Amino acid sequence: MALLTVETLTLATADTVLVEDLSFTIAPGERFGLIGESGSGKSLTSLAVTGLLPRAITPSGRIVLDGTEVIGASERALGALRGRAVATVFQEPLTALDPLMPLGRQIAGPVRRRLKRTGEASAAAVTAEVRKLTDQVRLPDPERLLGAYPHEVSGGQRQRVAIAMALACRPKLLIADEPTTALDVTTQAEIVTLLLDLVRDEGIALLFISHDLGVVGQVAERVMVMRNGRAVESGPAGQVLTAPRDDYTRSLVAAARRFDDALEGRP
Amino acid sequence: MTLLSVENLGFAYGRDRPVLDDISFTVPQGANVGLVGESGSGKSTLLRLLLGLESPQKGRILFDGAPLQARDRRYMHAYRRRVQAVFQDPYSSLNPAHRVQRIVTEPLRSLKIPGDHRQMAEEAITSVGLDPDTLTRYPHQFSGGQRQRIAIARAIVARPELLLADEAVSALDLSTRVRIVDLFGEIAQKMTMVFVSHDMGVVAALCDRIVVLDRGRIVEAGETAAILRAPQHAYTRSLLSSIPRMPAGQPQDPS
Ligand SMILES: Nc1ncnc2c1ncn2[C@@H]1O[C@H](COP(=O)(O)OP(=O)(O)OP(=O)(O)O)[C@@H](O)[C@H]1O
Ligand SMILES: Nc1ncnc2c1ncn2[C@@H]1O[C@H](COP(=O)(O)OP(=O)(O)OP(=O)(O)O)[C@@H](O)[C@H]1O
Ligand SMILES: [Mg+2]
Ligand SMILES: [Mg+2]
Repeated sequence: MALLTVETLTLATADTVLVEDLSFTIAPGERFGLIGESGSGKSLTSLAVTGLLPRAITPSGRIVLDGTEVIGASERALGALRGRAVATVFQEPLTALDPLMPLGRQIAGPVRRRLKRTGEASAAAVTAEVRKLTDQVRLPDPERLLGAYPHEVSGGQRQRVAIAMALACRPKLLIADEPTTALDVTTQAEIVTLLLDLVRDEGIALLFISHDLGVVGQVAERVMVMRNGRAVESGPAGQVLTAPRDDYTRSLVAAARRFDDALEGRP
Repeated sequence: MTLLSVENLGFAYGRDRPVLDDISFTVPQGANVGLVGESGSGKSTLLRLLLGLESPQKGRILFDGAPLQARDRRYMHAYRRRVQAVFQDPYSSLNPAHRVQRIVTEPLRSLKIPGDHRQMAEEAITSVGLDPDTLTRYPHQFSGGQRQRIAIARAIVARPELLLADEAVSALDLSTRVRIVDLFGEIAQKMTMVFVSHDMGVVAALCDRIVVLDRGRIVEAGETAAILRAPQHAYTRSLLSSIPRMPAGQPQDPS
């Protein structure tokens, strides 16, 4: 049975349709990639899945996550779903972090909630788990960084804190919205390996949103391409990225090759 | 002619250990210089110093032949007229209470640039691939990549001589990224640019020179083509070898 089912999802404000007639499923442990034009509705779709849409946007259609109907669910039911069934690395980490709280305490929050669910949440256990997570996401100099506030660390360091917070939940579905955009390629490669290991070892499913087709090719088994609020193409990652059928997907792949070419010194 | 020259710059936040150490490089007028390096290596900090938002503890910055005086308000007013920036976190640099029109025209107002601001804003916003209607809305009503482009429109609307861009295209899908890189390439003819990016492909397409930072020090600098062909430093080599390339397969021609 699918972990996530999205059926004919439409998202609209009072005067504009932003996402239209979107359907897809993600199986437990599956790695699903979402790519597409800026403004095509990727982030809104991921927000709809977790019931976090801005007030001005109304969903219709059906979303079932881990057996729970998301559209129309009470805030309490959604609260229970978040953390246990789904966790998100948001696109702009700064907006998801509390500017007034040291980073170590922000990571400790979800760690403590999970340990409580499974039994032992002693201060020592929480601290040990926080340190393990900061190691896993390769945060350097944890003594300083865990005590620092969000504005006192670099963009890529903030992004890794946000990843650590989502991983702390050990959800069934991990939504990662552009989780590596602020990372240099060496750190990015480490984070991608970390995600793939965790997904494999813990059976976590992944909804991975990224503009980086090379990274999507490494991470996702299946991809869906969006444009103007609609899915224009979907299929196995290898097929969509090497033999795209849709014109827009083709232009994306051509653009990726142009930057690859620039690296090879072919203008 | 040299527009920007950085000499033996050293900087630390408070009493922490130095974030930048003995940084020297020059940016010729009209050049595009790419600044690359690992996360936390000090790229954004260096841009903050170049913008005069922080002052170096060691060394100095020369702009157009004269030292940058970050503490001199009159000097800084004149400096800001010539220099604009795109910050790494676009959302936090866009005032959520203001309409996009007001945000984009802000440099025009604060620099008292004459002309039809509304029309200049429209030109800037369409050049980054957004609808003119964008101007009447608020930042929270846009996607991450749209917000990043609003920040770019604000940075170019006053036609600065020097543009400091921090991961300015990282949140953009590839076809939009091509568009913005082409736009930068076009305006770069009359503009000098320091371009921070972790995307080596974009740097290769846009920049004539590259400076590689590693833990606050310059480990390599030179012409883009030369560095791509024969990277000297181990860090530069690892930077180039870990780039995720497109999966192999027949290149598809969109035409
Ligand atoms: N609160 C809002 N009110 C009205 N429109 C909105 C709101 N939030 C987003 N939109 C619009 O909905 C569309 C989809 O936005 P979304 O953030 O899902 O795009 P995206 O695919 O994630 O793009 P990006 O790659 O740039 O992050 C965009 O055109 C955006 O302008
Ligand atoms: N306000 C601050 N106070 C103390 N330390 C800081 C502050 N801002 C940044 N740092 C630290 O200085 C170092 C350099 O940060 P900087 O933001 O310049 O890196 P960066 O090269 O831009 O990294 P990224 O690619 O992740 O954006 C990092 O270790 C960071 O934690
Ligand atoms: Mg988005
Ligand atoms: Mg930075």
